[in-house]
Amino acid sequence: MATLTHQESVTAEYLEVTPGARKNFMLIIIAGVVLLVVGVIVSLFGGGGHEAAEGAAAAHGATAAHGAAVAGHGGGEHHSSAPWLKRIIVSLWHSNVFFTGVSAIGTVFMAIQYVAYAGWSVVVKRINEALSAWLIPGLVIMLIVFGLNFINYDLFHWTVPGIMDKADANYDAIVAGKSGFLNVPFYVIRMVIYLGLWIYFTKRLRDLSLAEDLNGGTAYFHKSINVSALFLVFYAVTSSMSAWDWVMSVDVHWFSTLFGWYVFASWWVSGIAAVTLCAILLKQAGYLPLLKDGHLHDLGKFMFGFSIFWTYLWFSQFMLIWYANMPEESVYFNQRLGGFNGRYTWLLYGNLFVNFVFPFLVLMTRDAKRQMIMLKIVSIAILIGHWSDFYLMFMPGTMKGENGFIIEIGIALIFLGSFLILMTKRLAQASLTPIHHPFLDESVHHTT
Amino acid sequence: MTKRFALGIFEDEDVLLHAVENVREAGVKIYEVFTPFPIHGIDDALGIERSRLPIAAFFFGLTGLSFALWMQIYMLGFDWPMIIGGKPHIALPAFIPVSFELTVLFCCHGMVITFYAISKLYPRWRTPVLDVRSTDDKFVMAIEVNENTDMNKLTQILRENGASEVNQKEMSKF
Repeated sequence: MATLTHQESVTAEYLEVTPGARKNFMLIIIAGVVLLVVGVIVSLFGGGGHEAAEGAAAAHGATAAHGAAVAGHGGGEHHSSAPWLKRIIVSLWHSNVFFTGVSAIGTVFMAIQYVAYAGWSVVVKRINEALSAWLIPGLVIMLIVFGLNFINYDLFHWTVPGIMDKADANYDAIVAGKSGFLNVPFYVIRMVIYLGLWIYFTKRLRDLSLAEDLNGGTAYFHKSINVSALFLVFYAVTSSMSAWDWVMSVDVHWFSTLFGWYVFASWWVSGIAAVTLCAILLKQAGYLPLLKDGHLHDLGKFMFGFSIFWTYLWFSQFMLIWYANMPEESVYFNQRLGGFNGRYTWLLYGNLFVNFVFPFLVLMTRDAKRQMIMLKIVSIAILIGHWSDFYLMFMPGTMKGENGFIIEIGIALIFLGSFLILMTKRLAQASLTPIHHPFLDESVHHTT
Repeated sequence: MTKRFALGIFEDEDVLLHAVENVREAGVKIYEVFTPFPIHGIDDALGIERSRLPIAAFFFGLTGLSFALWMQIYMLGFDWPMIIGGKPHIALPAFIPVSFELTVLFCCHGMVITFYAISKLYPRWRTPVLDVRSTDDKFVMAIEVNENTDMNKLTQILRENGASEVNQKEMSKF
């Protein structure tokens, strides 16, 4: 700790995305495509009759339990796509929801820092801005995949034609009761509104930030605070509602009032892990000279704390359902804990381990939160862990007993590569340090 | 045992912070600094090692967790088994909230008590205070002195670094 009043001269520094880095991103995408193709081939030829029969039997058992639990279920089952196609559609949706949610966290994090008048995070502000670069492609992909759902209604059971029509064989009284909210036009309008708002406010904050870089002064800062406050109000509502729409409506008979927060917690902790990982990688590549272990310590505290927060929400949801043991609620955990011949059981426990036990024990000490290697391991674990958390939210409801991993990981890698290309592109567009931010000096002298 | 202290009185925290650095650089060992409020960075400036309180906290927490689990498993599983909501006698998910609460309870009470004990902040007949103004608006730097100390030089160092007055005080049982 040198002095408190000392002024350091800060100069703009620009990220140069090297050809090697670009090649690596392309390699990630290519690896993803290869895995995707391999996965499709395995699914087409290698699956074998045994597994398919087993899956069908398990699905049948689940349907029977489902029908018993839900009174008035007509039981009219529609034909779904071939497993490989269904898996591609579901995992496109899965990875897109994960990456879009994480992307939005960049702006959310920045907005919270603005509203809180927080100074420490200024050195990682540009990473947050860049993280939100995925929102526009996220919206496009989401609309496309929602369209793909209508090939065979693989994703959303409530979109099956006639399910809300009393005269139809597919009629389902419970789903019909939700028709005021879950109907296709309103759903698409909502999707566009959520992402539209997020994109608008992201752009607004980014523009203010870039104008501040050029002109300096505190006017942009005060304006950013107003914009951030407004954004957070909208985000608080839209993040919960988007979680109902995009994730919870997959299990359309089931509901949980906590679900919006649970999904938000998952996005939030992954977003912070992504920012931390990016900051460390930039630092190790020789950028961000102002980023000290004090900043990493704070990011580590965020990861540690919000891993516990996620677990708190997970457990709050689980325990009430476990205790009350009402069939229409516990079917959700039945499927995940031992359902479909226990296909998802290991994942559920593994998920709790990677997302709670591991960060909790590893990041507990102060020293661990200040070491790059520890933070790197934990943030990668959190990102993988929460991707599989979303896997666990989507797959039992859609793929039932026919889930797999090769196609899903392949698609996730394609998303990762594209995400990184867009993110680094936006990172390179502006100085990595917001040189005229009024709190920059505070951030430079941040100590914990 | 009676100890003698030279007390540098400072008016401003920034001045004090720089004084702490310069006085230590001049080779004077600072006994302690008393301030009306916590000053950011003064621990580093004084060269105080980090507290080991978190280690104690971890073990307090572990004690609380073990106690909570033992209590519930013993009571509900062996001493007086009851069927509640059709769940098994030892139903771990139901025990987690209580275990969490007792972990936190043990951890924070243990930490506060430990902190008070090692800082000697327990109730006493006479509380030793070097300069009562350090509880109001003055920053007090205490330096232990003995017969061999060159008081003129020490006073000069403190004055040069912004002390508004330099006093001496004897204190027993400190």
